[in-house]
Amino acid sequence: METFYEVMRRQGISRRSFLKFCSLTAAAMGLGPQFAGKIAHAMENKPRIPVLWLHGLECTCCTESFIRSAHPLAKDVILSMISLDYDDTIMAAAGHQAEAALEEVIEKYKGNYIVAVEGNPPLNEDGMFCIVGGKPFVDQLRHATEHCKAIISWGSCASYGCVQAAKPNPTQATPVHKVISGKPIIKVPGCPPIAEVMTAVITYMLTFDKLPELDRTGRPKMFYSQRIHDKCYRRPHFDAGQFVESFDDEGARKGYCLYKVGCKGPTTYNACSTIRWNEGTSFPIQAGHGCFGCSEDGFWDKGSWYARLTDIKAFGVETNADAVGTAAAAAVGTAVAAHAAASVVKRLASKGE
Amino acid sequence: MSSETGDARDLRMHSEPAVYVYEAPVRIWHWVNALAITVLAITGYFIGQPPPSVPGEATFNFLFGYIRFAHFAAGYVLAIFFLLRIYWAFVGNRHARELFLPPIFKAEFWDGVIHELKWYLFIAKEPRKHVGHNPLAMLAMHIMFVWGTIFMIITGFALYGEGTGMGTWQYDYFSSWVLPLFGQSMDVHTWHRVGMWWLVIFAMIHIYAAIREDIMSRQSLISSMISGWRTFRDPNRKPGDEI
Ligand code: HEM
Ligand code: HEM
Ligand code: SF4
Repeated sequence: METFYEVMRRQGISRRSFLKFCSLTAAAMGLGPQFAGKIAHAMENKPRIPVLWLHGLECTCCTESFIRSAHPLAKDVILSMISLDYDDTIMAAAGHQAEAALEEVIEKYKGNYIVAVEGNPPLNEDGMFCIVGGKPFVDQLRHATEHCKAIISWGSCASYGCVQAAKPNPTQATPVHKVISGKPIIKVPGCPPIAEVMTAVITYMLTFDKLPELDRTGRPKMFYSQRIHDKCYRRPHFDAGQFVESFDDEGARKGYCLYKVGCKGPTTYNACSTIRWNEGTSFPIQAGHGCFGCSEDGFWDKGSWYARLTDIKAFGVETNADAVGTAAAAAVGTAVAAHAAASVVKRLASKGE
Repeated sequence: MSSETGDARDLRMHSEPAVYVYEAPVRIWHWVNALAITVLAITGYFIGQPPPSVPGEATFNFLFGYIRFAHFAAGYVLAIFFLLRIYWAFVGNRHARELFLPPIFKAEFWDGVIHELKWYLFIAKEPRKHVGHNPLAMLAMHIMFVWGTIFMIITGFALYGEGTGMGTWQYDYFSSWVLPLFGQSMDVHTWHRVGMWWLVIFAMIHIYAAIREDIMSRQSLISSMISGWRTFRDPNRKPGDEI
């Protein structure tokens, strides 16, 4: 089988660009510069890893972000690494031809290919809410992952369920790890996630013959070990106690911290504040809008994106910690006052005896 | 200062019968703990609902940083003193264990709880006398305070570990399993905040009950937590005697 390097050269990527990609990827993974050479060597000599890219219930924002991602040169590299074998959204083949390509990869590279899943399978009504090639998507997913080497749950849909799994989740959209078992699953949450993570994961597996280190919830540590807040450039305003109180105030113009208007940077693990988006142009907080935590589990179900205290949903009511707390404290305070009054009355009465 | 402290041995000839109940470590712990929780509740409240923005350059201000610092410092004090208090439950007198091990398998304990409830509901005419905590207090302190505090320490260090990062003991021993257990970081924040209200409510009831009983139950309460001695104001009755 050919190598990634051969594929890239065939696609018109210069050797110079290829080497740049290797050093960028080494940097993105937090490896030292000497690893760029190691990566280049692996890409030149080892047979490439085929990738099947499946699409379930999704909005395609992952692919959208992907094809206009990052460094322009990385984009070509990414596409030649990822969408060679099967990707129904951007591949040239369609219909039966496309399905045949899928079967061919499964047959030919049994146990060696990676399945990237964008979106997730809805399980309600036997999976009829998402049909691919005339069959429920969940069938395609089970079939394609049966002989794969590893699965990349690409985006919040595949990792956690995302908007289609938000309450009440009518189609019973279910994240990949709850449907498929017995395969290593790498979660790359985000709505959409950062494209560099995908190439980095594949490059890492090729170079080191193992999965990158994952945290307890299955996310690659090298991209998800810190919160947005840890590297946010507005952080000095946070520590100083300077907050945007509303989106059109003086603080907003001065670029104060967005904490009070609901920024979820302090609770969101992702690399946006370091890698940023669209060729490193910007990221939500830089554009003046708080992070809303798109790479965290269940972010649609936590109440307003513009409130710091998020909702608790229990016993069919929606409320937040302070609403519960002040109500309970007021009730107890009233009870205490009433009890104190009754105690005084009792004491006076018993004195009179 | 050890377990041989019997009630009889410690009865002193005194105008009022008195028993040495709370040893110095327990008393010191109580007041340090009360102070730490007060600081934690106030700073914690502001962490979720920050005060109005301060004017000036960010370089010259560190208000929110100080609020958070005070919270974390008090958090450490709370946690370390809590561990010391557990240690003292092993080596201290028997009253040092009441907080952690209320005798819930004894019928007389529950009888005491019911009597105490009746006393608070103005049904019983007189309270019983207790050398240590009264049974209802023991139960409330154990359930609300001990478990509430354990919950706050665990979730607190899980949040703290997020800042210190992977590879630190705070992250590895706390955040790494607490965050997935609750779902995600935001949920831990929310429940940590609910925990604050839980302890605030405990403190309200606790302080009210302490003051009330000090006045109404004819035995010393607040001064016992300061001096260690429980005094009884009915000289003709011995401690432990019930009505
Ligand atoms: C009785 C004990 C405690 C109380 C009442 C308390 C209260 C609070 C409250 C109300 C918050 C704000 C939650 C939110 O809205 O996000 C908070 C945050 C926090 N607490 Fe505590 N806490 C306690 C113990 C601790 C302990 C033992 C630690 C460990 C060092 C700790 C560490 C933290 C951290 C790291 C945060 C998050 C700060 C941030 O997001 O900037 N807490 N606490
Ligand atoms: C002005 C404030 C306070 C006063 C006057 C006070 C008073 C007392 C008194 C009189 C006792 C002994 C009760 C007895 O003899 O049965 C006691 C015990 C205790 N208090 Fe407080 N208290 C205060 C604040 C707090 C706070 C804020 C907390 C924590 C939330 C707290 C937690 C406890 C605990 C856990 C015990 C049991 C001690 C043990 O068994 O070792 N107290 N307090
Ligand atoms: S804007 Fe958000 S991420 Fe940045 S410092 Fe403020 S709270 Fe943290």
